[in-house]
Amino acid sequence: MTVAPTNTRKYGTITFGTLAPWIVCAVLLLTLPLIFGDRGEITIMSQMAIMIVFALAYNMLLGQGGMLSFGHAVYVGMGSFLCLHVMNSASFSSIPVPVLPLLGGLFGLGIAMIIGSFSTRSAGTVFAMITLGIGELMAACVLIIVVFFGGEEGISSDRTEGMPFFGVEFFTHIEAFYVIAFWLLVSSVLMYLFSRTPVGRMANAVRDNPERAQFLGYSARWVRYVSFSASGFFCGIAGGLSAILFEIATESDLNVGASGIILLIVFLGGVGVFWGPALGAIIFILLQTVLGLQTHLWELYVGVIFVCMVMFFPGGIAGLIVAHGVAMSLGKLNLLIRPYLTCVLPGIMGALGLCGLVEMIFHLREAATGEYEMTLFWTDLNTHNFWPWLIFGGIALGGALIARNQTPVLKEAWAEANTIEITSVGEPT
Amino acid sequence: MKPALELDDLCKSFGKSEIIRGLNLKVEKGERHAIIGPNGAGKSTLLNCLVGKLIPDTGSVMFDGKSVLGRKPHQINQMGISRVFQTPEIFGDLTVMENMLIPCFGKRDGAFELNAMASIDGQKDVIEKAEAMLVDMNMAHKRHDHSGSLSRGDKRRLEIGMCLIQEPRLLLLDEPTAGMARADTNNTIDLLKSIKASRDITMVIIEHDMHVVFSLAERITVLAQGTPLVEDTPEKIKGHPKVKEAYLGEAA
Amino acid sequence: MDLVLVNLIDGLVFGLLLFMLSSGLTLIFSMMGVLNFAHASFYMLGAYFGYQISTVLGLGFIGGLIVAPVIVGVAGAAIERYGLRRVHQYGHVPELIFTFGLALLIQEMVKLFWGQNQIPYFEPSYLDFALFSVGDNAIKAYKVFMIFISLLIFGGLLYVLTKTRIGMIIQAALSYPQTVEALGHNVPFVFMGVFGVGSALAGIAGVIAGPALGTFPGMAFTLGSIVFVTIVVGGLGSLWGALVASLLIGWMTTFAASYNIEMSSILQGIGFIKPEDLSESAFQDLWTLTLPQIGPILPYLLMVLILVFRPQGLLGKRES
Repeated sequence: MTVAPTNTRKYGTITFGTLAPWIVCAVLLLTLPLIFGDRGEITIMSQMAIMIVFALAYNMLLGQGGMLSFGHAVYVGMGSFLCLHVMNSASFSSIPVPVLPLLGGLFGLGIAMIIGSFSTRSAGTVFAMITLGIGELMAACVLIIVVFFGGEEGISSDRTEGMPFFGVEFFTHIEAFYVIAFWLLVSSVLMYLFSRTPVGRMANAVRDNPERAQFLGYSARWVRYVSFSASGFFCGIAGGLSAILFEIATESDLNVGASGIILLIVFLGGVGVFWGPALGAIIFILLQTVLGLQTHLWELYVGVIFVCMVMFFPGGIAGLIVAHGVAMSLGKLNLLIRPYLTCVLPGIMGALGLCGLVEMIFHLREAATGEYEMTLFWTDLNTHNFWPWLIFGGIALGGALIARNQTPVLKEAWAEANTIEITSVGEPT
Repeated sequence: MKPALELDDLCKSFGKSEIIRGLNLKVEKGERHAIIGPNGAGKSTLLNCLVGKLIPDTGSVMFDGKSVLGRKPHQINQMGISRVFQTPEIFGDLTVMENMLIPCFGKRDGAFELNAMASIDGQKDVIEKAEAMLVDMNMAHKRHDHSGSLSRGDKRRLEIGMCLIQEPRLLLLDEPTAGMARADTNNTIDLLKSIKASRDITMVIIEHDMHVVFSLAERITVLAQGTPLVEDTPEKIKGHPKVKEAYLGEAA
Repeated sequence: MDLVLVNLIDGLVFGLLLFMLSSGLTLIFSMMGVLNFAHASFYMLGAYFGYQISTVLGLGFIGGLIVAPVIVGVAGAAIERYGLRRVHQYGHVPELIFTFGLALLIQEMVKLFWGQNQIPYFEPSYLDFALFSVGDNAIKAYKVFMIFISLLIFGGLLYVLTKTRIGMIIQAALSYPQTVEALGHNVPFVFMGVFGVGSALAGIAGVIAGPALGTFPGMAFTLGSIVFVTIVVGGLGSLWGALVASLLIGWMTTFAASYNIEMSSILQGIGFIKPEDLSESAFQDLWTLTLPQIGPILPYLLMVLILVFRPQGLLGKRES
């Protein structure tokens, strides 16, 4: 039997323990550019930071409020476009760059307040469909309203035109990174605090049981509206940051595809845990940049991972990590090492074998006629030969069979690792 | 003394069928008042009119001298009316303690007791209030449990606690023991009785189970075909011929 | 007048095509309460399988029309059985997200096997001629064939749902799934069947629409959101609503695309004076707006308005 340990955590105390993660994050953000100082690496980290802000803001709706939005990139895009217009205006010379995201946030807030005034009237499918409709409308407007959105080319600008901020003119990527990192920290802290406020808690309550929440005296619509607006604000900040980093915004930043990607990221990371979406954003950008360099098929792999995640681990990666907390607090994590080696490892091997087959199929179809050679897993092979297919097929099949064979062992170990011995159960106080 | 809840000439029909016809009812302050009646007597329609889900065709519903009609559920709650649902409605994804904290934010007049944007971590008094209520409900040892996995009796206790912490003046109970085991039923009855002793709350109980009604109610209204048949103390109701007739039909 | 007639025919073709997708989607929604984002992906699979079977395997267009929907239907049923049913226990939002992920995955798979570009999938030569003409506009035989097939499917669906026993069970399961289950019917099996048949219908739509609208990896997303709009506008779960909305949207988009009404003439008509130099005006986009430009967004506009003012849809009975 699985027994959750009694939690003796007291409510209402701010200790070093609650502050420590934030301090670690701040130190990390300060030192990361010293470790990964390459221009490309800094851009990737900046992208991650922006995605984290966006993902956390999105999870204010999906995870905390239970509202599924298919048009959330709209608020990011709008924030982005506004900031670019400010950057192109004459008054930019009197506005320092680090203030821009705030303007973007306020614009996102304004748009969210207008759209939320009718879209948050109901939750569930109706809300999801309204957001989808708004998303499509906005994406179409980008191409029609050229004055504000610049049509197909979008709007571009130059961040170095702004008022110098303590002498910094943001010529280099690292200076932009620190602005982004600052706003990442500020907005995550604010979003975390928001989840601890009565409104944040009521959002959870309305998600779980709107009727009950209403008969405790809270208007479900009002709670949804506040969450929606707040989420729009932080999305706008993410948009402002993206304007600073890329200095351009186009239709692809706010269309339904972009909204779909954030849904994917947040779910991959885990909706149930505050830092889950952040993890999802980091992993997704890593997959996009690292895997994207290796193979043309990275989107296919991400899709497979995503679908498997929804089917088998709806709590996302963060949910998986948190699930190990029980075993860890019982000191039984070591019980899991062996089954992981005998079950999960062959499973991964099998998956890689399958990837090899898929890559070879892709090569067969895409390669120029007469070109048989390809490089796969640092090996040169001939796709028109029999052996590579047999080897990769063998690895895929073998890995899958071993993993399947070992699954009961893993399940047993998991159950064992999460069980408290009867003798150790004391009467909870 | 003015009655806590006063229903005057309430009528509600769906299409051609009249569910409630000319219902008059007075519930005195501090009273435990049960409304019973056979199936189709209009009990749930009456309740839905009280909680803002339905709007009656004619008549008035006054609570503390103010009309309830036309208000939304959350506004009715803010007037000082709390409600216990037929199946315990709690926030199943949250812990017991979080459930208990949620109703603490609001004030009776609709304003917020806490600044809506202030973190609740620092609000010692609110947390202590919730803790005290958990102790009252005998659930303090389960404060970090996932409330969705509680037993039905525990869920009911939690729900009643969530209503009481709002300090309502009127508590509506819709079949509070429906689907419960005997032991849980008796626990709930004891709990509801003890509330009367410690707080002065008017209760309106809509109930099927005669055991619950007779052990709990101080006054009973028997509803039949949308109008009150008799209204009296439990002792008098027990042997009343009209009640027998309503429950057993004309043949009895 | 000729143009009106031509547009009426074109709109009917598109509307009936939408209906083949939206009827399945709305049935699936009513039964399982989940909006299937991957529905249009089955439509795409239908087109690709149709191409593969008719041209590459050489079974001809009719062969594709018969075999491809069967494969798509079986695939749909398998996805319901082994995927959706598993996710169902986690609740509605994960279900919706699952179908969303599935749509992405199917698109990537199609790219893997058939490539990024449009494939050469054409209408069969024996249907590639002008059947009759309206004024100067020739109406292709293939269009008439599409209308014919759609009406056939619609009639068949109507017959099955209203006249047969399985249709009665489905209708009952739409409103009272628990009751139907309590009466001893295998509701999960009915669900799987409806999902499979709905997918197969989408597959048929794909086979016949592929040659007309183009067969490329983005075709699912292009049509998918319009199908969503259709069932929301018609009322979730209402088959007649889906038909009305499909035709409405079909005609709306076709007519909007072919009448070049300019905003500037409307603005001038109601007394505004067109500025000399548009590039200086903040409203330059308003002045240059034309009906064909806003045609594609009209369905979304309609949906948002419907959801705000009549959330149950045109013919729907319940909200959400």
